[in-house]
Amino acid sequence: MATKGSVIGIISNIVTIEVDGPVAQNEICYITTGGDRLMAEVIKVTGRNAYVQVFESTRGMKVGAEAEFTGHMLEVTLGPGMLSKNYDGLQNDLDKMEGVFLKRGQYTYPLDKDKKWHFVPLVKPGDKVGASAWLGEVEENHQKLKIMSPIAMKGVAMVKSIVPEGDYVCEDTVAVLAGEDGEDIPVTMVQKWPVKVAMTNYKEKPRPFKLLETGVRTIDTMNPIVEGGTGFIPGPFGTGKTVLQHAISKQAEADIVIIAACGERANEVVEIFTEFPELVDPHTGRKLMERTIIVANTSNMPVAAREASVYTAMTMAEFYRSMGLRVLLMADSTSRWAQALREMSNRMEELPGPDAFPMDLSAIISNFYGRAGYVYLNNGEAGSITFIGTVSPAGGNLKEPVTENTKKVARCFYALEQDRADKKRYPAVNPIESYSKYIEYPEFEEYIAKRINGEWIGKVNELKTRLLRGKEIAEQINILGDDGVPVDYHVIFWKSEVIDYVVLQQDAFDEIDAVTPLERQEDILDLVVEVCRADYAFDNFLEVMDYFKKLINLCKQMNYAEFKSAKFEDYKRQIRAMVEEKQQ
Amino acid sequence: MATKAFQKIYTKIGQITKATCTLKATGVGADELATVDGKLAQVVKIAGDEVTLQVFEGTGGIPTDAEVVFMGKAPTLKVSDQLAGRFFNAYGNPIDGGPEVEGVEVEIGGPSVNPVRRKQPSELIATGIAGIDLNNTLVSGQKIPFFADPDQPFNQVMAMVALRAQTDKIILGGMGMTNDDYLYFKNVFSNAGALDRIVSFMNTTEDPAVERLLVPDMALTAAEYFAVEKDEKVLVLLTDMTSYADSLAIVSNRMDQIPSKDSMPGSLYSDLAKIYEKAVQFPSGGSITIIAVTTLSGGDITHAVPDNTGYITEGQLFLRRDSDIGKVIVDPFRSLSRLKQLVAGKKTRKDHPQVMNAAVRLYADAANAKTKMENGFDLTDYDNRALAFAKDYADKLLAIDVNLNTTEMLDVTWGLFAKYFKPEEVNIKKELVDEFWKK
Repeated sequence: MATKGSVIGIISNIVTIEVDGPVAQNEICYITTGGDRLMAEVIKVTGRNAYVQVFESTRGMKVGAEAEFTGHMLEVTLGPGMLSKNYDGLQNDLDKMEGVFLKRGQYTYPLDKDKKWHFVPLVKPGDKVGASAWLGEVEENHQKLKIMSPIAMKGVAMVKSIVPEGDYVCEDTVAVLAGEDGEDIPVTMVQKWPVKVAMTNYKEKPRPFKLLETGVRTIDTMNPIVEGGTGFIPGPFGTGKTVLQHAISKQAEADIVIIAACGERANEVVEIFTEFPELVDPHTGRKLMERTIIVANTSNMPVAAREASVYTAMTMAEFYRSMGLRVLLMADSTSRWAQALREMSNRMEELPGPDAFPMDLSAIISNFYGRAGYVYLNNGEAGSITFIGTVSPAGGNLKEPVTENTKKVARCFYALEQDRADKKRYPAVNPIESYSKYIEYPEFEEYIAKRINGEWIGKVNELKTRLLRGKEIAEQINILGDDGVPVDYHVIFWKSEVIDYVVLQQDAFDEIDAVTPLERQEDILDLVVEVCRADYAFDNFLEVMDYFKKLINLCKQMNYAEFKSAKFEDYKRQIRAMVEEKQQ
Repeated sequence: MATKAFQKIYTKIGQITKATCTLKATGVGADELATVDGKLAQVVKIAGDEVTLQVFEGTGGIPTDAEVVFMGKAPTLKVSDQLAGRFFNAYGNPIDGGPEVEGVEVEIGGPSVNPVRRKQPSELIATGIAGIDLNNTLVSGQKIPFFADPDQPFNQVMAMVALRAQTDKIILGGMGMTNDDYLYFKNVFSNAGALDRIVSFMNTTEDPAVERLLVPDMALTAAEYFAVEKDEKVLVLLTDMTSYADSLAIVSNRMDQIPSKDSMPGSLYSDLAKIYEKAVQFPSGGSITIIAVTTLSGGDITHAVPDNTGYITEGQLFLRRDSDIGKVIVDPFRSLSRLKQLVAGKKTRKDHPQVMNAAVRLYADAANAKTKMENGFDLTDYDNRALAFAKDYADKLLAIDVNLNTTEMLDVTWGLFAKYFKPEEVNIKKELVDEFWKK
């Protein structure tokens, strides 16, 4: 029999319930108040008192309100029908909700119960299968999705029966397995999984090595992220975190993109579901929305559900990874998630850690990032979850707990800088502070040598050195004055400006410049390296400035021109001619 | 607020602190309103039969045998067309000597809009001020604060923006506003003949500080009535949100909560977001736009209040006195409207985004040249031209006394480009230079 209880205390959304039976930590319960059933999660138990965080407003709740425990943790429902959906942090389908305003206690089914899916079996009776084995396939939005044996299944089961190819709704039983203990296990297209438990249904998790193309030059060329990699983007407000995240999610070469809008502005979510149905995936030519899932818990939605939202999104990502797909998960912003933890911890009167965040913040963050990764599944196929989170450091100061703890676990660091943003040098990723650990992996070097060429990494490192040198010289010029340094110094400085303007800066709002395919990035890199390696003869620093400004202008016009078009080639010719003319 | 017959009256208060009192009571709901000795209070904590009430105007003078009456509801506001043209206090009671408003009683601080029922904001709000329209275009449904030191003329600029913007209603929420400023707004609006479009909820410095926690919710509840029921375009002015946050800190401190950065409560972000996120464009045409003021202390934007605000709002506007021209300008470096790209170049002329960025970039070059000059270095010809451009640009465009339409602003900027620079120095797409460069 399910455990029941009644409310004995209320402080904001933390409610104390006296229970009449066993309860589990993180168990879900429903509290009935004023005709609404409000979902809540157990976060502490002392004796017969269970402390729960209610996922909605507790306004009007009274002592004595009844609670009913469900016997399971917070779960998501996984199956075909999730693509292009807009969910809240608890996986309610927002489009199915009535009215303009969110109503308390309104929960909607995340899948479509009546929709028929064309099921193609992949196994036959008598086959032996393990957990998350691919039993069949359905197609959703032109993607082949696998129907799997239960993810939580223990041992090996035998396929007793499987339905023939045909159209079925998601809750139809499509296969029956005979488990190790002889019990029949009916399988539908739907699975449930507790969000806070990582899926470990894979054989091996190697170091990731395959470049994930994003079309953003400052990432792909300078500090690449890989399939199954982790990265984070910290930056003060107004430095373009969200624009950069949207650019990545629009252009990245992934099968599935999951966007967790965690405690951020609702209008940013609106932007995604207004634009994505119109925009085209540069890799497949289909509409972006077809491969996208939005998990929206905007800043005005209840705080406890905000904490759940990132886990909801991660669990969905793990589900698709088990199908051998490449998933990109973006969370904007992980700081809001940490703040939600802080609010809860504060109301629970726990002893605080740094900046009043809970003491276990670092463990929570590292466990979460640990769920991403490139894996080989039990059937030998590969799948990946690439995770990129933004961090909104308080006061733009990177020495704060969320940034520091994230830095320990994320392998790519894209530091957005106020100074670059002020100068409108977008994307405002600081090229010197930022890094990608993957560029040092021998596995990556080997891969990139095959995919692009063997000189790529050498050239990228050359640019980085030149940028650093340029920065040092800029500081010297600031101290000593333009004519206080040799003319050569100006040349070195302006070469670094060429790299900045042509490679790093990119106009996210220009149709062509917004996305640079890898082939074009190779072309730009070669050209810029060529410009930088040339020796120039100048009489004085004024000449240097004028010359390079003109050169940069030509390069920018080239970036705006369509790749390999006549205009593009013409600009390139002009650039080469300009370089030629000034050779010593 | 007359006592109704069936209401239970309690007369035994167990504990009194500066802001709260605790008593034994049953059948009380979370967030419910009550009166303690005639003073308005709200339930903040229930533990068994112990109920803790936060008394808005403070607990001074409350005896242990005070009469406590629970009202069985959260704070409410009566909404109807009668709100228009009226001035209220933080509780929604008239302070203009007029009659009580009749209408539907709705709870303030109501639920959020389902994000999928929102529409993407796309209507430009023209203010005539180029520092705003050209560089930081406002869009209906946006939320944006002025970050300003207390001595800057933000209330004047805000009043000017409110009157020039084409809106159906202006709702003014004053928190900790000086009486002088309150009278200033009242005068400006009545001189402009706009009083019938104004609804005002006012907590001045003379009123108890905690009361102002109700002001934004009151103002936004009224705004939602006009935007949802009447499909009107509503502009909500909230000044000053730093005073609001100070009151949050007072309450959280008195509730023994552990403070986070700058003594602010750990929930500051959520508390502010709940207010600002009420800004919305409804598909039916109604909209709520929020322009707020966050006063800074010595220009410090890393303080918890402006910092959290910056992460919530869709940009921020900075005012600065420009010593070269002796006028107040909208600072082009630090100001930002995040929604500008939804209208710039779409609702305005196509060259708008590039012209705006190029002008700010050149203005930045001038700032560098100025540093050079101050450090005693020789200036190049380019530096001198950039400096001259910057002065003209500040005077003709950035100053808050400018009143032009956006096309005029663009033409003026192209004129300045041509006056001081060569086309290759402005880094604008060639097609646009060919079309708009002033020969």
